[in-house]
Amino acid sequence: MNATASQDKIPVTVLTGYLGAGKTTLLNRILSEPHGQKYAVIVNEFGEIGIDNDLVVGADEEVFEMNNGCICCTVRGDLIRIIEGLMKRKGKFDAIIVETTGLADPAPVAQTFFVDEDVQANARLDAVVTVADAKWLSDRLRDAPEAKNQIAFADVIILNKTDLVSAEELLEVESRIRAINPYATLHKTQRCAVPLDAVLGRNAFDLDRILDIEPSFLETGDHEHEHHGHEHDHGHHGHGHDHAHHEHHDHGHHEHGSKGGLKHYHDEDMQSLSVRIDGEVDPDKFLPWIQEYIQREGAGILRSKGILAFKDEPRRFVYQGVHMILDGDLQGEWKPNEPRISRMVFIGRQLKEDEIRQGFLACAA
Amino acid sequence: MVDEKTQSLRDHVTMINAGAPVAAVAFLGQAPTIVLDNGDILLGAETGQKRIAAHPGAAILSAVHAGKHIVTGGDDGRVVLTQASGLHQEIHAAPGKWIDALATREDGAIAWSHGKEIFCRDAKGGIKTATASTTARGLAFAPKGYRLAFAYYGGASLWFPNTETPPDAFEWKGSHLDVTISPDGRFLVTSMQENALHGWRIADKAHMRMTGYPSKVRSWSWSSDGFWLATSGADSCVLWPFKEKDGPMNKTPRECGVRKTKISRVAFNPKALLLAMGYEDGWILLVRLNDGSELLVRRPDGERSAVTALAWNDDGAALLFGTAGGEAGLLTLP
Repeated sequence: MNATASQDKIPVTVLTGYLGAGKTTLLNRILSEPHGQKYAVIVNEFGEIGIDNDLVVGADEEVFEMNNGCICCTVRGDLIRIIEGLMKRKGKFDAIIVETTGLADPAPVAQTFFVDEDVQANARLDAVVTVADAKWLSDRLRDAPEAKNQIAFADVIILNKTDLVSAEELLEVESRIRAINPYATLHKTQRCAVPLDAVLGRNAFDLDRILDIEPSFLETGDHEHEHHGHEHDHGHHGHGHDHAHHEHHDHGHHEHGSKGGLKHYHDEDMQSLSVRIDGEVDPDKFLPWIQEYIQREGAGILRSKGILAFKDEPRRFVYQGVHMILDGDLQGEWKPNEPRISRMVFIGRQLKEDEIRQGFLACAA
Repeated sequence: MVDEKTQSLRDHVTMINAGAPVAAVAFLGQAPTIVLDNGDILLGAETGQKRIAAHPGAAILSAVHAGKHIVTGGDDGRVVLTQASGLHQEIHAAPGKWIDALATREDGAIAWSHGKEIFCRDAKGGIKTATASTTARGLAFAPKGYRLAFAYYGGASLWFPNTETPPDAFEWKGSHLDVTISPDGRFLVTSMQENALHGWRIADKAHMRMTGYPSKVRSWSWSSDGFWLATSGADSCVLWPFKEKDGPMNKTPRECGVRKTKISRVAFNPKALLLAMGYEDGWILLVRLNDGSELLVRRPDGERSAVTALAWNDDGAALLFGTAGGEAGLLTLP
């Protein structure tokens, strides 16, 4: 293969979201901004119409099982073919946006970028962006497994149509999202009004960029807070993170009767889990364990990430996984005063918390 | 192996600046024809070269040679026939669709597909259609009879377009890409997403698995006697033997042209057991199958982009090639 440097690869943004949440609105907003970028847009042939762009490709969403003995290793066959064809127009567009149908599972799309070597040589997955309807998402999380998958899988969540709900309802739906996926960056919008850099150029699958895997709503500085609402309250979360001292930024101008507290929900079906060792792990124990565990339980684990301190290794080991596919590498060195701690996060169905925790703790160096 | 003693044919190569990545090459009569990714077709060698905008503003996704024509399919949904004179004619238009598979038959029949829809146009222009269960990837005509093979997810089918009989399915789990039928009409072979070939003996649908490739096989060529199928996708050219009754079943393939770079294109000479091999670093070698001797055609001095197209002329005296870097060249055998 002609290996191409990562920056030469075409970034691909995947837009998911349940029917009617506003994917097409977001897509048209992205396309109509004066960014000077050209996008190739891959839409479902039977999806919503009215995309205003020069290069629109109709896709069939053909999900194929790879013949490699891995039952959950599915890919989008049509995407492999379309990206191959788009490369004939190389130089005429800067990025690819894939809009999926409302019922689509994001995993096969993401896995396509890890499994097919030709796709990998030419394109890189930038982020999975999920548009959610503030009014109906709570209902859909109860009755539509697809909607839950899309939230669980997301790197960026656009919680849209916030003008159609009260402050309490908004808080409710946000709490339900956070019960499933506390790690995605969340933006509350009306008519999908977000700055472009909130959804594009995220590098969410770039190992270089996995520097922090704390829950997103505890962080500061990564959010565009021009929207209504409020994202910070540390009084109620119960995930065992001790990050009570993050600086809050200016939310004094927000008015809301709910006091902004995120309720802690537990989703019976889909959860996230964070585990941590305040020290180093033994790579000879950790690598076989994680590979075996992911092979065994990967069907239920949608996403996983880790930043680990290996014994006698000055660099961080960073890894990410999509179901059973793992991608990991040694990255930049730990800073001299930085505590060498090892952390992992998982998002998945009925995660076996005790099993994961014990398995991980046994890898301590 | 290529060493100091390897005979070089480099002095017999005339370079042609194609100006854009090359999708396919062919000889229309004796006229070198270079199909470009960017929708253009270059006709003729250096002097009097014509540039035809066969797919204006679009990309050419598929191209195949058929007698006096080069047939091209674009991401503009058009199928276009172009002659050596530059005359070109659209025979199908499906705006918004991609024509990414084509096949031709010596009598002038042409098949193409977009998505699951397959079109078969006989020499007189009559069109029959079929639908695959998933997107049709590769198309190929059988050497005898008006019969078309198409590959898709889950296998390949053989179809008689002029009969009401539904296509005959040859099943094998996985995503099948290109398809070919052995010149003697006994074997159906597909290339697969899983870096392998799959074959069926047509008479009894017996399976043949041809594995061991480090990447997908996207180029293949039958020897003129029909005994060998040469394939790309590995750092040597893998040749499967089809002479015996059982084809390559339980046989080890022959390998030639071993280098540290993968082979991207292969083309058998139509008259002799002489095979042209193009590599991902732009090298081109010929190998004589009888004694395994190699001849160097191209060792690029500058840009080392992959060979994307190789074709011999009808009498086997000239070889045309093109690269992803927009270069092309014509070898005239001494």
